This record gives sequence, structure tokens and C-alpha cells, in this order.
Amino acid sequence: MTSIAKLHEVASQVRRDIVRMVNMAGSGHPGGSLSSTDFLTALFFKEMNHNPKTWTREGKGSDMFFLSAGHLSPVYYSLLARTGYFPVKELAEFRKIGSRLQGHPSVERGLPGVHVASGSLGQGLSVACGAAIAKRLDNNKNNIYVLIGDGESEEGQIWEAALFAAQKKLDNLIAMTDWNGQQIDGPVCSILNLGNLESKWLSFGWDCLIVDGHNMESVLDAFKWAKKLAGNGKPKMLLMKTNMGQGVDFMQGTHLWHGKAPSNEQTEKALSQLQETLGDF
Amino acid sequence: MKEIFTNIGNKDTRSGFGAGLLEAGRNNPDVVALCADLTGSLKMDEFAAEFPERFIQCGIAEANMIGVSAGLALSGKVPFAGSFANFLTGRVYDQVRQVVAYSDTNVKICASHAGVTLGEDGATHQIMEDIGLMRMLPNLTVINPCDYNQTKAATIAIAEFHGPVYLRFGRPSVPNFTPADQKFEIGKALKMIEGKDVTIFATGHLVWESIVAAQELEKSGISVELINIHTIKPLDRKAVLESVTKTRAVVCAEEHMIAGGMGELIAGLLSRELPTPVEFIAVDDMFGQSGTPAELLKEYKLDSGSIIEAIKKVFLRK
Repeated sequence: MTSIAKLHEVASQVRRDIVRMVNMAGSGHPGGSLSSTDFLTALFFKEMNHNPKTWTREGKGSDMFFLSAGHLSPVYYSLLARTGYFPVKELAEFRKIGSRLQGHPSVERGLPGVHVASGSLGQGLSVACGAAIAKRLDNNKNNIYVLIGDGESEEGQIWEAALFAAQKKLDNLIAMTDWNGQQIDGPVCSILNLGNLESKWLSFGWDCLIVDGHNMESVLDAFKWAKKLAGNGKPKMLLMKTNMGQGVDFMQGTHLWHGKAPSNEQTEKALSQLQETLGDF
Repeated sequence: MKEIFTNIGNKDTRSGFGAGLLEAGRNNPDVVALCADLTGSLKMDEFAAEFPERFIQCGIAEANMIGVSAGLALSGKVPFAGSFANFLTGRVYDQVRQVVAYSDTNVKICASHAGVTLGEDGATHQIMEDIGLMRMLPNLTVINPCDYNQTKAATIAIAEFHGPVYLRFGRPSVPNFTPADQKFEIGKALKMIEGKDVTIFATGHLVWESIVAAQELEKSGISVELINIHTIKPLDRKAVLESVTKTRAVVCAEEHMIAGGMGELIAGLLSRELPTPVEFIAVDDMFGQSGTPAELLKEYKLDSGSIIEAIKKVFLRK
């Protein structure tokens, strides 16, 4: 069993990976990667039923994870590497020519753990719905997990998929929103306000829970809640309340670090706030 | 010219798709079908009735349908997503690009009502850019069969082929003249008529118009070779170059814009490998309008009479 203390240790290392990857690449998206680190660490290291060693793109007999908000590739790649999908040292190849770690996730070069390309926003929830239907057709009881962004939820396709998942009673679908309240141009509420996200998902026919996305106990409870409700005929949405840039003081709570690489000096400052627990790549 | 093609009775190519889909569904339990509120128009009703658990009604939400198809495909299913060509290309181009073509998912994009012969619904629905849009995407195979029998055979063939495919067909009832028992070979051009003076490369509904034109020209002494390019991508380069080496004059005929179409593709190949005069039977940078299919073919110079004029013109350019 992975304890909460252990999950915090992993999350700290994942945050170091994110900062270092983006710094080394000179570009990338640290803000949302840092905001979604805690609950994704809980998912990958504790809640999801997956085996990196026997992973296939088809995902037979396994839970599947889809990253719809593809710009969160730094946190995704770090978690894939840290759970054993590919060598941790490969994180140094992020965004480099010829790399399997493309700026946004891709399957073209066969990176283990990635089922589909993402980056152009709004599409991953639909893909996850398709995978959820396939599981049902195959009488497979595994769950499908998918992460979308709150800014991403401005895309119309998200709401097409929301209607669809409820219509098809996809109760093996557990979606998460990284609700950090920020997007490239500024706070979500001042760009295209999503209003009451909880009531929106509820009115679309989903089970929905607001979760403190940085509190490991709350996150674990939320996943248990969602899994327990599998079979009730409704898709699940976990609205993870998070802070943009969580864990690095000067990146926190602002859209300015959505898609910007820290300088070497800023990287040193950030790393001084994040304990190295599993060894840097 | 010895080949005689007999119209065994007019039928719509979309019904060929519907019949092929049903057979593909019977052949393979992993075949699933998706539609965006156009089940009857796409002739998917028989599949839906026989395999209700494998038929996924998506509602008027094509972007989501493409994503759902990709999710099914990467999980090992063989999804056939059906709608009008307009809504499966331009409307969802980014979805097709990211989760189908770039992700190389085994999705069959089944596009009906393509081209001007959609008829009375008018230009909003008459897409003539779709071949260009789809053939620009790496990994995607683009197929445009010519009649009912060939559309049915192509549908069955793409179910057995692993990889994303754009299958284009149409609404109107048109001559059905290819064999019912044909085996459809993806990527292999079909020589319909052997000739020596001019080659017509035709695709889709214009294959029949080209047969009519070739038969008419036989009387005036121009020997026309007709090649059915049912697979636009990958193009059968060998068949194109072999025929043109012999005839050294080309007409390309398609129900599509000149820009991005099969004709430009062939002209591009010839300009590199075998510079040759080419005439285009295709729409020249304009939108369609309401009318009957026959009226529209004539109006936009896609009919057999226009093909005859193009053949005469290119013959003189040799």
C-alpha cells in the first residue's frame, strides 16, 4: 500500500521533474502540470489498476488514462516514467528532436502509456467515451480515467461528450477537471466564465464531486467514491480545485506560468522549494 | 474498344455502403457503426436493426463522434462513422487530424452526399473540397468508388484493412455497372477501357460519365483509355504512368474542386515524371447550388458532354 506520506514524496519529485523538463526544453507548460500533480500522483501510484510492464495501446484488462489537456505533458510524462512505462532518464529528451516525448503527447513514436494524441483541446473526453464503450462491449470491468482542463471546458466538444456519456450511461468513466481557474490569457472567469461547473455537470446527468485537489486524503476519498458508484448508470466528474503552479511560490495562482519556461536561476529557486525524493533524472 | 458496360439498374452508392456495412458486421464482431442523426440517409438502418448493441447513435455532434470512434478503434474495435461528407471533413477536420490520422486509429470515416450531385439541398451541403482536405492528412487512405457494387465491395474491403480510411460516396441513384462479385483492391487502379490516344482518369460518379463519353468518341475515331481511380490515396502511380506513357494525353474527371482534387494529384505526378497535357473535369473555384443531379453535372461541366470536349481538346494538344 502506498501511504499518503509516500504519495507526497512522489509528488515532490514529479514537480521537480516538471520544472527541470520545461527548463531544459526551454519551453512547455509548468503551471497546469504543477496544479494537477497531486491528484494525478494519487491516481497513477494508488488508484488506477494498471501494469506498465504489460501495457498495450488497446488497454485490454486494464484501466486506461487519457490526458485531454495535452499541454500537461510534463506531469504526464513524469508520472509515466516514475511508474515504469519508460526509463526516467528519457525525461531529458522532452521536446527534443527525434524524441518520443513530443511537446504534446503523440503515439507516432510509440511512447508507452499514451493511447492517443492530444493537444488540440476538447477531444480527449470523447475519445475516453469511446474507450468506455469498448470496455462495456467487451464485458470488461475496468475504468476509464480522463483529465480535462477548466479552460479546456470552454470547447463545445466537451459538452457534446458530456451529453453523450450521460446518454450512454458510461458509469465506467471517471473524469477529472483540473480546476485551477487560469488559462493562457488570464483568469478563466474573466475570459469565458464557466459559471457553476458543479451544477453544469450535475444538470448534464453526471455524478459530480468538488474535491480539494491538493489534499491527498480528499483525493483518495474522491476516487473511492467514484469507483464505488461504478455501475450506477452515470459518468463521474471530479472537479479538482487546485492552484496553478502549486508548489513553486512564484508560479502559484497566476496565468503567467501557463506556458513559460523558467530561467536557470528561476529553476534553482523552484527546485529549492521541492524536495528530491526519488532521484532526479 | 471492346468492353461494354451495362447499367444493370440505377442505384445509389450510399445503399452500397449500407449493404457492405451489414456484411462487414456479419463478418467481424468487432465492427461497430456510429451515426450523427442520419441513419436513414446513410442507409445504416439494417446494421442498426441487426446489431443494436454495436450501433452507436451520437446525435448531431460530429466532433464527439469522431473522438468516440477513435476511442473505440484504439481499444480494438473497427468503427464506421457515418454522416454527410461535409460534416465529416470540414466540420471536424481538427478531430480527424489529431485523433484519427495523427493517432493512426483504425477509424473508417464514411462520407455520403459528397459532391454537387447531392442536388437540391444546395451549396451548404455540397462539399467539393473533401478529397483535398482528406488526402493532405498523412496516414489516411482516401477511397471514392464509382457505383453501388463497388461501394459495397470497398466497404467490406476497408473493414479488413487496418488503418484510417476516408470512404466517399453519394446520394443520387446512378448506373450500377461493375460486377457484383468484384474483389476490391485498395490502391489498385482499375483499367475499365483499353485505348491508345487519350487517358481519362476518373473517380466516383464521373466514371460512368466517362464511359458514356468514351463510347461516343469511339465513333469519331479517338481511342480512349479509361482508368477508374477508386483509391485516390495511395495513388496507383504505376498504373498512371503506364497508361500515360502510351497515350501522352490526359483528362482527369472528378466531382470535386480542381484545387486539391485527384486531377491535381495526377498532374503533379506527371509534371515530375512524365510531363503531359492534362485537362481537368472538375469545379473551378466556385460553390454549387440547388438543382437536380443531372442539371448540376451539366451546369458545372462535369457531364459526359463536357468530358468529350475535354478529350478533343487535349487530343489536339498532343
